[in-house]
Amino acid sequence: MTSTIVLDQISKSFGKKTVLNNISITVNSGQIFGLIGPSGSGKTTLVKIIVGMDQPSNGQVQVLNTKVPNLNLLQEIGYMAQADALYNDLTGQENLAFFAKLYKLNKHVQNERIAYAADLVNLTPHLTKKVQNYSGGMKRRLSLAVALIHDPQILILDEPTVGIDPELRKSIWAEITRLKNDGKTILITTHVMDEAEKCDQLAMVRDGEIISSGSPLDLKNHYEINSLEEVFLKAGGEKDENNRIS
Amino acid sequence: MRTIALVKRICIQMIRDKRTLALMMIAPLVILTLLHYLLSDETTSPRLGVSGVEEGLIEQLKEKEIVVIQYEQLKNTNQIIMDDSLDGMLQMEGEKVALTLTNDQPSSSKVLQTKIMQAISIESAKEQANNVSKFVQDIQYKLPNVPVNLNKAKTPEINTSYIYGSNDTTFFDQLSPILVGFFVFFFVFLISGIGLLRERTTGTLDRLMATPIQRRDIVFGYLVGYGLFAIIQTLFVVFYAVKVLDIMLVGSLWNVILINFSLALVALLLGILLSAFANSEFQMMQFIPIAIVPQVFFAGILPIEGMPEWMQIIAKFMPMYYGGNALVDVMYKGLGIDSIKYDLLVLVGFAFVFIVLNIFALKKYRKI
Repeated sequence: MTSTIVLDQISKSFGKKTVLNNISITVNSGQIFGLIGPSGSGKTTLVKIIVGMDQPSNGQVQVLNTKVPNLNLLQEIGYMAQADALYNDLTGQENLAFFAKLYKLNKHVQNERIAYAADLVNLTPHLTKKVQNYSGGMKRRLSLAVALIHDPQILILDEPTVGIDPELRKSIWAEITRLKNDGKTILITTHVMDEAEKCDQLAMVRDGEIISSGSPLDLKNHYEINSLEEVFLKAGGEKDENNRIS
Repeated sequence: MRTIALVKRICIQMIRDKRTLALMMIAPLVILTLLHYLLSDETTSPRLGVSGVEEGLIEQLKEKEIVVIQYEQLKNTNQIIMDDSLDGMLQMEGEKVALTLTNDQPSSSKVLQTKIMQAISIESAKEQANNVSKFVQDIQYKLPNVPVNLNKAKTPEINTSYIYGSNDTTFFDQLSPILVGFFVFFFVFLISGIGLLRERTTGTLDRLMATPIQRRDIVFGYLVGYGLFAIIQTLFVVFYAVKVLDIMLVGSLWNVILINFSLALVALLLGILLSAFANSEFQMMQFIPIAIVPQVFFAGILPIEGMPEWMQIIAKFMPMYYGGNALVDVMYKGLGIDSIKYDLLVLVGFAFVFIVLNIFALKKYRKI
C-alpha cells in the first residue's frame, strides 16, 4: 500500500471566510476513504482542491506523487461531482463517448469501457435515451459511469449515492469495493452514516476542520459508542474542547 | 482530438436544438426582408395644394411625382391643408410665393420643399430663356443683316452622375451591407455566448475541467463548433440578401462572405468571453444593450466623420466599425480586396485578442 493522496495542511478561504482550516489527510491505494460531514462543512471544496479545480490558499496537495494541479494527473482521476454535470440534450451513450474521447481512449477501448460502465450502473437499456428524459437516480448513475469511463487509478466521488435506490446502492458499493481490491484509491464524501461504515478510513469534517479521524472501529472505540452517528454528534460537541484523536 | 470531440458534441447539440438553429438561420432573413420592404419602398406621392400657380409650373410639379390639387380661392390655408390632408400649399401672387408645409414628418417635408424649389427654378429659367430668345428675335427683326448668336438661350439641363450607386439608390442600398453584417454579428454573439453560458451554469464546464482537456482546447472547440454554424449562417444571410432580396452588390460576393465570416468569428469569441461575466441567460441578455447595440451606432449608418472626436476614438474599438466599413466598400462602392484588407486585418486582430482573453478567462475554472 502506498500513499496516493497526500494533503498537507490545506487551508482555503474565500475573502475573509475560512472554508477549510489546516487539513492534512493521507489516503492509501486499495483504500476507501470517507469524508463525512454535514452539508456546508467544506467537503466539496476539499474534493475540488484534490482534483485541481480549486487552489488552496495554503498547503500542498500531492496525488500519485505529483503536485496538484497537473493536467496529466487528471487522466488518472475519476471525478463525480455532487451536481450531475451532464449534457441533457445528448443521449447517455453520447455523454459517455464524449468524455471517453476527452480521455483520448481509442475507439476499441472506448466501446469496451462504455459497455462496462453502463452495465455497472444498470443503464445499458437506457443508453439511447436523451439524458433529459432520465430520472434523478439515472442521472446520478450516469455521472458515476462517466467518472469510471477511463479506468482511473483514483476515484473521487462527491456524494455518489444521493437519490439512488437501496438495491442499486448496494450494487454500487459492491463495485466500489471491487475497485478497491484492484488497488484503486477511492475517496468518497457522504453524510449517510451506514455508508461511512463501509469505508476503511474516515475523516469527520465540520466547519472546515477535521474533528476526528480513523477507521470506523477506532472511532467507535475511542468514543465508546456503537454507532458512527453518535460518534459524529459527540465529536462535533467536543470540537470546542479541542479533543481530537489522530 | 479533444477539440474534435468538443466540436462534434456542439454540432450534435445544435442540430438537435431546432429552435436555436432556426433563430440563427431564419431570423436574420425575416428581419432583413422586413427592413428591405420598409426602407426601399418609395414613399407615397406628396399631396400639394396650389393656388394662383401657372400651368407650366404645375406640369413641372406633376413631373416630380407630386399630386397637385388646384384651389381657386383660399381663405384659411391651414384649415384646408388639414381638411384635405395635404402635405403643403403653394400660393403665388405675381412675384410673391408662399409655401405652407404640414411638416408632420420633417424629412419628407424637406424633400417636398426641395422638389418645389427645383420646379420653380426650372420654370423661371424656362421663362428667362423664352424672354432671351424673344429678345434675340426682336433684335434680329430690328437688325436684319447682323447674325446674332446666343447660345445660352436654352433651359439649363443638369446631368447628374453618381460615383457610387445610381439615381435609383435607396437608403436601404447603403444600409443593407451594414445590416447584413450586423445580423450575422448579433445572432452569432447571442448563440455562442449562451452556448458556453449553459455549459457554465449546468456545471459541465466544471466537469470538463476535471478532465485533462486544456483551456485552449475548449476555446478552439467552441470556435470551430459554433464557427461552422456561423459559416452556414453567413452564407444563408449573404445569399439571401443578394440573390433573393436583390440587395445591391457591386463588388465581389466572396469578399462579402469573407468580411461577414470575420465578423462572425469576432462575435463568437466576444460572446463566449462575455458569458464568463454572466451568471444566467438573463444576465447574458443584459450585454446586448451594452456590447451589441452601440456597434450599430458606429457601423456607418450614422456618419462617423460627423461625430465628436472622442466618439470617433470609441468607434475605433468597435468591430462593427471595421465590418460595416468594409461591407459598404464592397457591396455599395464595389471596391476590391485592397481597400478592405486593413479592415479585415483589424477584425482578425480582434479575434486573436479575444482568443487570448478567453483562454485567460477560463482560469476561473482551473488554474492550469
